[in-house]
Amino acid sequence: MAVPLHHPVDLLRFNTCGSVDDGKSTLIGRLLYDSKSLMEDQIEALERSADITGGGQINLANLTDGLRAEREQGITIDVAYRYFATPRRKFIIADTPGHVQYTRNMVTGASSANLSIVLVDARLGVIEQSRRHTYLASLLRIPHLVVAVNKMDLVGWSEERFIEIRAQFEEFLPRLDMKDVKFIPVSALNGDNVVDPSPHTPWYQGPTLLGHLETVHIGSDWNLNNFRLPVQWVNRPNNPENHDLHDFRGFSGQIAGGIVRKGDPIMVLPSGFTSNVKEILTIDGPRDEAFSPQSVTLVLEHDIDVSRGDMIVAREDLPGASTDLHARICWMHPKPLQAGRKYFLKHSTQTVQAVVTTIEHRINISTFDLEPGAPELAMNDMGEIRIRTAKPVVFDGYAVNRLTGSFILIEQGTNATVAAGMLYPPTEPAKPEYKDFAI
Amino acid sequence: MSSYYLDHLQYLETESIHIMREVAAEFERPALLFSGGKDSICLLRLAEKAFRPSEIPMPFLNIDTGHHFEELNDFRDRRAKELKGKLIVRTVDEAIEKGIAVLPPGQISRNHLQIPTLLAAIEEFRFDCCIGGARRDEEKARAKERFFSFRDSFGQWDPKNQRPEIWNLYNARINQGENMRVFPLSNWTEMDVWEYIRREKLEVPKIYFSHVRKSVRRGGQWLPVSDILPPKPNEEVKDLIVRVRTIGDIISTGLVESPADNVDDIIAEIAVARVTERGSRADDKASEAAMEDRKKAGYF
Repeated sequence: MAVPLHHPVDLLRFNTCGSVDDGKSTLIGRLLYDSKSLMEDQIEALERSADITGGGQINLANLTDGLRAEREQGITIDVAYRYFATPRRKFIIADTPGHVQYTRNMVTGASSANLSIVLVDARLGVIEQSRRHTYLASLLRIPHLVVAVNKMDLVGWSEERFIEIRAQFEEFLPRLDMKDVKFIPVSALNGDNVVDPSPHTPWYQGPTLLGHLETVHIGSDWNLNNFRLPVQWVNRPNNPENHDLHDFRGFSGQIAGGIVRKGDPIMVLPSGFTSNVKEILTIDGPRDEAFSPQSVTLVLEHDIDVSRGDMIVAREDLPGASTDLHARICWMHPKPLQAGRKYFLKHSTQTVQAVVTTIEHRINISTFDLEPGAPELAMNDMGEIRIRTAKPVVFDGYAVNRLTGSFILIEQGTNATVAAGMLYPPTEPAKPEYKDFAI
Repeated sequence: MSSYYLDHLQYLETESIHIMREVAAEFERPALLFSGGKDSICLLRLAEKAFRPSEIPMPFLNIDTGHHFEELNDFRDRRAKELKGKLIVRTVDEAIEKGIAVLPPGQISRNHLQIPTLLAAIEEFRFDCCIGGARRDEEKARAKERFFSFRDSFGQWDPKNQRPEIWNLYNARINQGENMRVFPLSNWTEMDVWEYIRREKLEVPKIYFSHVRKSVRRGGQWLPVSDILPPKPNEEVKDLIVRVRTIGDIISTGLVESPADNVDDIIAEIAVARVTERGSRADDKASEAAMEDRKKAGYF
């Protein structure tokens, strides 16, 4: 018998945000370099480029900036994904640039993250961008936040300065919905408190950045409360040779919330048809129960009408179902949003026609204020809008469930993804459609 | 609490299967690129798991450069037959004959010629989506790739103008003549692939395991001697104990000296490896932007 070489390890997804010169790419480079995640050919390539562009100094940013234009201009154009592992955990980093398109890119990189690292230059302290990044992380409901106070070497490793910056954050943090915030003094360039504890900060007793990433509790980041299965694909083998398979009809999808057990009473929305769970086929075979975010195929006891875009839910705590939606959105396209425009709205596994009826507010992401009366939302703007859809959308509030509370808007014609949306909770639970018809 | 827990492989698996099913539901004529290499072997297993008890609802497509390892093609054909899948092979030789692909004078590598051959196959079968096994950890340009990678009607990738991918919502909409490349293994690393092969007990072509092969030293790496790559007069041919870590064309795939003859040993070897997987691929070393340029032109 082969002995497993690795213990089961889990996966932490995080993103890094900072403005242009905060040393974000350097920090990622340092994490990879000091955790021995870099290979010789990568280091060689770094050294080669150092001779050409870096005046002999290795530029760790070249590790993440993969496209030619990025290396030439010394900027990061788009979200880049990096991977590394320690014996305790595997990590996926979404490296999001801090310049012009930061909102769009940060929303993209952070939407599936467990944790966000906000970088602050110790010399500058909290600047407008730090407030924006922190606010976006809270809007996106990223469960954990790390404030990495960088360039501590340039402020003489001053504890006083570190405490000052923490106080600047603590002034506005109570206005946001962030439960877990950690402050760490680092020097990305020299590696202090990134992987190894720094000899320069005897006053800091906390973990290094990597130490924190390795141990932060992420087991509760998934929603295990209300069962939700957006039906992705109807599995009908239609096999004429095998009788069992000929009649097989299963509903495949990734569980977006909660736990399902054999025999559970369920409801299909928006139709309202009810049945019980007869079989749960996980990707590793039949099981008595399954949970979010597993991908499963459910077989129901009754032969009821279910298709892609429907949601199978637990009967006791119903989501909302409505054609009128209220949401916060991030606008991601150069062509601004104007009220009255039609889009496709993709929510879980359903795509419907939608019209933006009202732009209620623009959200000032520096002051967190709502500004009413905005005629349009430009690229990288956040706002609150109302949408009417051609068919009911079955949803939860984003605060309760990131997967059943989110959507994207797609421009008709070009098919560009133009917005990311987070839904406010439903005003009332779903009312089965067929009851309406019965009246 | 602890029983409602996915380890990293289970998490990657459920993410990939979600993507496979989105493809099946959103596209009319998808294809799965299957070369017989280790990444596409994982893809195939994910497809089996995503759709069973139904059969995999799409054909397999392979672009054969004519410089493939024989062992790889044999394996490819056998696996497709075992899964009762429809395997479509289009060759660079054919494409050259038809004038679809033109070999630049003096060049031996056919890597570039896969691009027009692939694009012609997409047109021939009117595929609207191709699922591929590329991973973001392979290469810097790939690190910027999306799960659903949009290609215009010329098959081109525009890295500056990609669709943002948010949560698990994938925008799969395309117009006539446009195309989507989908990479379910985007978040997998080389180590994840081998750990998955071990967990799922997947068979892989023998050339991944240690064997004796006639090799020559060229450009800082060991290359396999073959009809296409005969030794030059001044080169010494050696019988080495080698394996391949990544499989490209037989003329550009560097051999790794290794005694690893089973999956456990390979995993142990990767765990302490000091060069990346693609460190042994000559096609990537052409320049710092070699992969970026090929992808913009329509490469996998």
